[in-house]
Amino acid sequence: MARITMREAISQALWEEMERDPKVFIMGEEVGVWGGTYAVTRGFYDHFGPDRVRDTPISEAAIVGAAIGAALVGLRPVAEIMTINFAFVAMDHIVNEAAKFHYMFGGQMVVPLVIRTVSGGGRQLGATHSQTPDAIFAHFPGLKVVAPGTPADAKGLLKAAIRCDDPVFFIEHATLYQLRGEVPEGDFTIPIGQSKVQREGRDVTIVTYSKMLDTSLKAAEELTREGIEVEVVDLRTLRPLDMKPVLESVKKTNRAVIVEEGWKSYGVGAEVAARIYEEAFDFLDAPVKRVAQVEVPLPYNRTLEQMALPQVKDVVQAVREVL
Amino acid sequence: MDKKEYLDLYYQMVVIRRLEERAAELYQQGKIGGFLHLYIGQEAVSTGIISVRRPEDRVITAYRDHGVAINCGVSAKEVMAELLGKATGCSKGKGGSMHLADVSKNFWGGHAIVGAHLPIAAGLALGDVYQNQKAVTICMFGDGATNIGFFHEALNLSKVWNLPVLWVCENNKYGMGTAVERASAVPEIALKADAYGMKRDQVDGMDVIKVREVAARMLEEIRSGSGPQFLEVVTYRFRGHSMGDPERYRTSDEVRKWQQDDPIGVYHNYLLAQGIATEDELQKTIREAEEEVEEAVRFAEASPEPAPEDLYKHVYVSETC
Repeated sequence: MARITMREAISQALWEEMERDPKVFIMGEEVGVWGGTYAVTRGFYDHFGPDRVRDTPISEAAIVGAAIGAALVGLRPVAEIMTINFAFVAMDHIVNEAAKFHYMFGGQMVVPLVIRTVSGGGRQLGATHSQTPDAIFAHFPGLKVVAPGTPADAKGLLKAAIRCDDPVFFIEHATLYQLRGEVPEGDFTIPIGQSKVQREGRDVTIVTYSKMLDTSLKAAEELTREGIEVEVVDLRTLRPLDMKPVLESVKKTNRAVIVEEGWKSYGVGAEVAARIYEEAFDFLDAPVKRVAQVEVPLPYNRTLEQMALPQVKDVVQAVREVL
Repeated sequence: MDKKEYLDLYYQMVVIRRLEERAAELYQQGKIGGFLHLYIGQEAVSTGIISVRRPEDRVITAYRDHGVAINCGVSAKEVMAELLGKATGCSKGKGGSMHLADVSKNFWGGHAIVGAHLPIAAGLALGDVYQNQKAVTICMFGDGATNIGFFHEALNLSKVWNLPVLWVCENNKYGMGTAVERASAVPEIALKADAYGMKRDQVDGMDVIKVREVAARMLEEIRSGSGPQFLEVVTYRFRGHSMGDPERYRTSDEVRKWQQDDPIGVYHNYLLAQGIATEDELQKTIREAEEEVEEAVRFAEASPEPAPEDLYKHVYVSETC
């Protein structure tokens, strides 16, 4: 096991997959000469060359569209959309093309495409650059949506995504690149579509993913001091959604809090809560509680921005409320 | 071209025409649902272009795709079965009129979001360049698509990366019911290629031989490394945009005027005038084409519906990966 950052883990996954399979290539804005706006692909351009690390114009629709075309004829593109906010510009290609072709053409087309993008607020980038709209992308059958919260998961899931024959929307979090964690040595993958218990506990189940895993684990640490043992289930994949570990945990603790960074309305928490009610209603001793972003466009001002984003104290409070 | 090839072009155009006339009837009978965009009047465009493509050349088009499918070698049976939503259709009854495809024929689909397939075409060509395949991607679209952002992004990218794409704009004068002059700042669509430093040409789309000659030259130049080129084909759709179009945007006089240049009639006269075929031979070709279409209708009507379990098939290649 090596203790590395999220950035290093993602970078390693890309590098190793490109070394393993010549059909894997990267395309996106500033991925090459610049080295990636989040420095994930630093050094790639010099090592793999301009054909495999392709700088593109600022053309999100063309980035995703061309990556789909290349995937159709047998390549394994990793298209980078600089932030998830720009993915709206490429929305048609993500949801109307990538997610549909295999089904709509009767199985004859296969789109082994990975779209890497960066979600999340907290960097004072204002309303257009700070959104966490992950749930929107998880709405569409045909797309797989992955959002890891630890370096090990990021590495294993990204490698799995690149080897997967379906289109995968891979969401990294803007403020997690420096997060450190243990990552196994050597080549490994983590299957897409498997939730995981990241911390065991008997009293309350927290269901979360991505950045909010870190927030939730910190809240769990605080609550331990009060004698409250929280179990934290990390979804890791938003579609296909694996509810099994969630339901098993809720049946044990009989209480659930869902923590997400995006807005509450129509969000991940809404989906997970509905499924808990549908499939484990009789096991609940309290209503399911949701912690989410305040329903405003994120402001620039640091204090206001942090007020809008879910904090450790919000999670702690929500857990107390369901007890 | 030898005589057989000349007659084959004629045969293909008549198959497309007859197949669509029958499709319109089946639509009226309620056997075909959804949208049905007929290619009638435009047959010379795809017939001419695709007649000079090589098997390795890829073809991708918009939703007015029945003719392109036939020209690419998809059988009339599979096209008609798809229109009827049958399991034997080229997209297994899941796609319908707007989403025909046959990857084995290097036909990468009908695409129904205007302009969205242009970036995908650039990607098909990128895939070929990346894998050192000497192939050209032929991307067809309507005049309406030249006004959407995808057009700009795709053409720009294709030139920046010098991708082997033949961009073919089928200018049939109307984007749905809006005339080109009412929708495009520059109604001479071929001029738009200049913005991308791309070689361009324009051709009469009612004349299959002219279309074929221009396309052959451009494809050869692209194969030799010219980078992407742009061809505007001036044509006209004789029927409405889709079924049930009241056609308030044009006069019947205008339609009649264009019908005098019916691409099948023009080519018919050409074959006779050049002494390539006799009237009897052409009539025989028409009968054969009609028989193929009737056979296709019989096949499609007798074909099974998709099974209920097919509803859930092909959402993903694999649920677990």
